[in-house]
Amino acid sequence: MEVCGGQTHTLVRYGIDGLLPAGMEMIHGPGCPVCVTPLETIDKAIALAETKGVILASYGDMLRVPGSVTDLLHVKAKGGDVRMVYSPLDALKLAKENPAREVVFFGIGFETTAPPNAAAVWQAARQGINNFSLLASHVLVPPALRALLSDPGNRVQGLIAPGHVCSIVGLDEYHKIAREFHLPIVVGGFEPVDLLEAIAMLADQLEEGRAEVENQYSRSVRMDGNPLAQLMLADVLEVCDRKWRGLGEIPLSGLKVRAKYAAWDAEAKFGLVENSVEEPKECISALILQGRKKPPECSAFGVRCTPDRPLGAPMVSSEGACAAYYQYRRYEAGRELAGGVR
Amino acid sequence: MSVLACPLPFTADEFIVLGHGSGGRLSARLMEDVFLPAFRNPALERGDDQGVFDAPAGRMAMSTDSYVVKPLFFPGGNIGELAVYGTVNDLAVGGATSKYLSVGFILEEGLPLDLLRRIVDSMSNAAQRCGVEIITGDTKVVEKSSGDQVFINTAGVGFIPNGVDYSAAHVRPGDKIVLSGSLGEHGITILTQREGLELGGELRSDAAPLHELCAAVSSAAPGLHAMRDLTRGGLSSALNEIAQRSQTGIVIDERAIPVREDVRGACELFGLDPLYVANEGKMIAFVPEAEAETAVAAMRANEYGAQARIIGQVTAKHPKMVTMRTLLGTERIVDMLAQDQLPRIC
Repeated sequence: MEVCGGQTHTLVRYGIDGLLPAGMEMIHGPGCPVCVTPLETIDKAIALAETKGVILASYGDMLRVPGSVTDLLHVKAKGGDVRMVYSPLDALKLAKENPAREVVFFGIGFETTAPPNAAAVWQAARQGINNFSLLASHVLVPPALRALLSDPGNRVQGLIAPGHVCSIVGLDEYHKIAREFHLPIVVGGFEPVDLLEAIAMLADQLEEGRAEVENQYSRSVRMDGNPLAQLMLADVLEVCDRKWRGLGEIPLSGLKVRAKYAAWDAEAKFGLVENSVEEPKECISALILQGRKKPPECSAFGVRCTPDRPLGAPMVSSEGACAAYYQYRRYEAGRELAGGVR
Repeated sequence: MSVLACPLPFTADEFIVLGHGSGGRLSARLMEDVFLPAFRNPALERGDDQGVFDAPAGRMAMSTDSYVVKPLFFPGGNIGELAVYGTVNDLAVGGATSKYLSVGFILEEGLPLDLLRRIVDSMSNAAQRCGVEIITGDTKVVEKSSGDQVFINTAGVGFIPNGVDYSAAHVRPGDKIVLSGSLGEHGITILTQREGLELGGELRSDAAPLHELCAAVSSAAPGLHAMRDLTRGGLSSALNEIAQRSQTGIVIDERAIPVREDVRGACELFGLDPLYVANEGKMIAFVPEAEAETAVAAMRANEYGAQARIIGQVTAKHPKMVTMRTLLGTERIVDMLAQDQLPRIC
């Protein structure tokens, strides 16, 4: 299994999965940050964007993911002040430039995006920028991996760990997972040759009966990760229980803003309430995110679910598995697709 | 401390003010001082509400485009050049020789007049280079914050030689696809300028007039079926449009597509695909196989086609779909983007 959605895209885009010998199959993991963000959280962001006086800023991908009723781009078209930014620090700048408005950064993602979001809160506190806050929906990779690997139906025999996540947090947790599950792990990069090498390294471990952590992505990942980023993260954020879209609630699998920074925590500041909502019935994104089904096995794939009219997040996000198959290989579904392209 | 003085009327010598779009005296002065000296030609100097020109017998082509680029000046070009080249190129890929342009300016109040002069001068140079005259125009001024400094629209008229008829509809299975050069330089230049990223200093927009390049391909390959300039949406969008319109399939070869190392690096950094990044001085030609090598040679003889090469062909298989043989020898779809290309999150 490759964990990260960026790795899934490279595999599908270059057809690497199709080049593998019989008996070797890549299972796509839950590592698309947009895809695992629960509907309820997207609804909270939408509610904020519809609030008068609020500027809601987020990454471009996040704006197109449907909540239970609408998405942020539609809120923007109807007059909500929604801004696409490249970095939470851009949102902080927006707050400085618009002192009369409340600027909320909708920060999602894994350990990779958490440190810059934490840094934005830290800077806001230091500079006294009180009209900035963070709507944080961060998730941690290791608890999700443990949940997947403990499942009785688990088929994963080797793991390509997410290179960018490991460049922040280091390899400690992955050593533990390798021991707990007797699982070969290779930290992999994102270019096609990175993944080919990582797969070869995993095959070697399996053939030799080893279950270790090896680092293929050594040009980016150090054993101890990025200590400065870890300090920033630990100062501003703390571990909490978190609901994952598709995987459900996983204990101690998320990050939230610490109480000492409550003034910059959008959840606390705006008293957001969580409404439980239903996923679209036909969408099998839960099975996709658990690696139990491949996108072309979904009856809606390419017919009632396309990037233009998505049923679920994996079809929207540039890291989603459904989007990868649709974008690069949809003819493999072997059926008449929307738009008449077979 | 205040000084008692007779208030002088603001002479608006340095900045654009709302009055420059009023149609009154300030508008007239803008015309006399800025536009006329730069664009001077008999049709414009008549000072009528329309530019009048003689038309030869035969077919004409018309095209229009609006330009909203930011920053206005960037390595390799500026909004004024783009506004001339863009429309001339759109006509040129249809086999038309551009003759006349119109230009519409939408200016934001407070725009330094000097900046406008520089833009207009470079439009004038670009027009001369393309052999076109700007024979009619219009200026509107919008309030501060209602625009972004300068928006320009140009429309152009060109004449098509007898017997020339290029269209996506003529593209046939078996045609070879010739690309004039490397991809993504304009889009990545603009992006790095906006993000304040330094990539070694050699990266420039490829903004260029393609009329001579197109004419060279035309005369070298009499069987030429269609040409397209690659702008927004990059190579991928142009190929997908042609596949849709011609109901054919297209196969390209990743190894054959030139991309500069610095562009490739920036794309990796931003999580972008060079196939989708904008160009302003590149084109593709669809040529029958027998004339393909001649077309490549003709392009290479032009300064804007020095890296020209065959990148793929048209097929009867998978109509309306573009696919690519990847570096690894596998095949994948090259899709139309649903919306803008977005930088990755992690």
